[in-house]
Amino acid sequence: MSVEAAVDIGPLIVDLSVGRGPLFADFPFESQYVTSIIRVSLYVSGIAVFLSTLVSLPIALVVGFTDFIGKRLVTAVINTGMGFPSVVVGLVVLFTVSNQGPLGHLNLVFTKEAMIISQVILATPPITGISLAAVSSVDESVRDAAYAMGGTRLDVALVVVKEARYGLATAVLAGFGRAISEVGSVLIVGGNIAGANGISKTRTLTTAIRQEARQGRYDTAMVLGAVLLVLVLVVNALVMRLGDGGTVR
Amino acid sequence: MKIQRREFVAALGVGTTGLAGCTAFGQNDGEAGVTGETLTLTTTTSTYDTGLLDELNAPFQDMYGVTVDAISKGTGAALETARNGDSDVVMVHARSLEDDFMREGYGVNRRDIMFNDFVIVGPEDDPAGIAGMESATEALATIAEEEVTFVSRGDNSGTHTKELALWDEAGVDPGGDWYQETGQGMGQVLNMTNQQSGYTLSDRGTYLSRRADSNLVILVQGPIEGGPDSLSNPYGIMAVNPAVHENVNYDLSMAYIGYITSPEGQERIAEYTANGEQLFFPEALSEDPDFEQYVPEGWSADDSDERA
Repeated sequence: MSVEAAVDIGPLIVDLSVGRGPLFADFPFESQYVTSIIRVSLYVSGIAVFLSTLVSLPIALVVGFTDFIGKRLVTAVINTGMGFPSVVVGLVVLFTVSNQGPLGHLNLVFTKEAMIISQVILATPPITGISLAAVSSVDESVRDAAYAMGGTRLDVALVVVKEARYGLATAVLAGFGRAISEVGSVLIVGGNIAGANGISKTRTLTTAIRQEARQGRYDTAMVLGAVLLVLVLVVNALVMRLGDGGTVR
Repeated sequence: MKIQRREFVAALGVGTTGLAGCTAFGQNDGEAGVTGETLTLTTTTSTYDTGLLDELNAPFQDMYGVTVDAISKGTGAALETARNGDSDVVMVHARSLEDDFMREGYGVNRRDIMFNDFVIVGPEDDPAGIAGMESATEALATIAEEEVTFVSRGDNSGTHTKELALWDEAGVDPGGDWYQETGQGMGQVLNMTNQQSGYTLSDRGTYLSRRADSNLVILVQGPIEGGPDSLSNPYGIMAVNPAVHENVNYDLSMAYIGYITSPEGQERIAEYTANGEQLFFPEALSEDPDFEQYVPEGWSADDSDERA
């Protein structure tokens, strides 16, 4: 019985792996193919979110702490940015880094760096917007107390960041979720390149899924989709865990 | 597998550039020039999705110690990327679009590489009754007359260009509910066609590689199986003109074109099979001169308009 089952499964696996060479257990891809895709996804989105956070946090703190004319307009602009269509961002970045574009001499087109640029543009508005909401919701008395105890502006900012850490973690996660799950811009500026040796250069999980779907291989696309979901879940769990670690002293 | 993975992790530790560097060291002895460089190739989904490209590129990479970045798009998009100087060499399958590309001065040194053919596929019960027709245009005219579902690529790809040329020849301006423009790749279009029991024009290679998952059958054969020549599907390769885009890697492009059209490259194309069937037929090598591959179709030195 079990022998029959093995025979049945065999051809199925081979069929899924057309042109991909040796198999890793019953996974329909060569392991290093998938590993390299995951690495590219994490590298590009991770760096993009890191850079976005560096930009977003100061903006959120400054806008959140100060009152100025046009503050509502600034907030509105940030919130509008959350809705940037990724394909449009991809197109704009492509025209910028293309060899005919203003940054053409840097040879960035179809590289990870170009993908990072477009993802920074995509991830910054949600991180800024949600951080701003988190910072604004910190009770004013906390800030007043920090000032009263003779804190500098930096001390006060740190206290607020600490108070708002859950909201800020959510902001970073939202930015990461936006970055790692978008396909429009990374496909246009990255080109979905994998080498002949099966190692991804600019292929991410999302562009790989799109490629499998283009070829009508929906089953393998689903496998990659599951990998992406698990990945996002793990990153969320890790970041939330870090947040918990902060409370237990 | 474990060992392989460890090696892989170690290699990644060095970084991708380090990886390319390693290959370069191994091959660098006495061979200066292109080693370590990257060639950006824009090509069509059909060469990529059938797996042919990996088969061709791996030996080329080893031979020269270079990396080939292959970007697969429809023929129209592949040529557009090259127009912007973002790729070094293009391998596509729509002669009319290739000719435009050359006339505009973007492409140089065009060569024929290989061919396969298009087939018209549809459901086995064939409601339009086109099975066995000798003429592709007659079959399409019948499909239009019967208003049975026809799924079009609609993406300015080589296959789409061929389809539009055939409609034109058939004297039909396709439109209406039965004609669906999808903007999708060939594999996806075959799936959609299968699900709707419709008809579509497909390159033989992609159809063969997807045949196991569908009920679609070939109703009008291409020239490989004795069908009309109007369904032939020739592939060409061109270097991007370094006089227009000085950033392109022209030397490496020409090395690649040389490799693809060499006896070795041609043999690899001939030997490549999917599901036991040959997908592409090499045509770069011939004892008789074929000057037409170098210039736009119908071009002649006397015709001053063509040169403009």
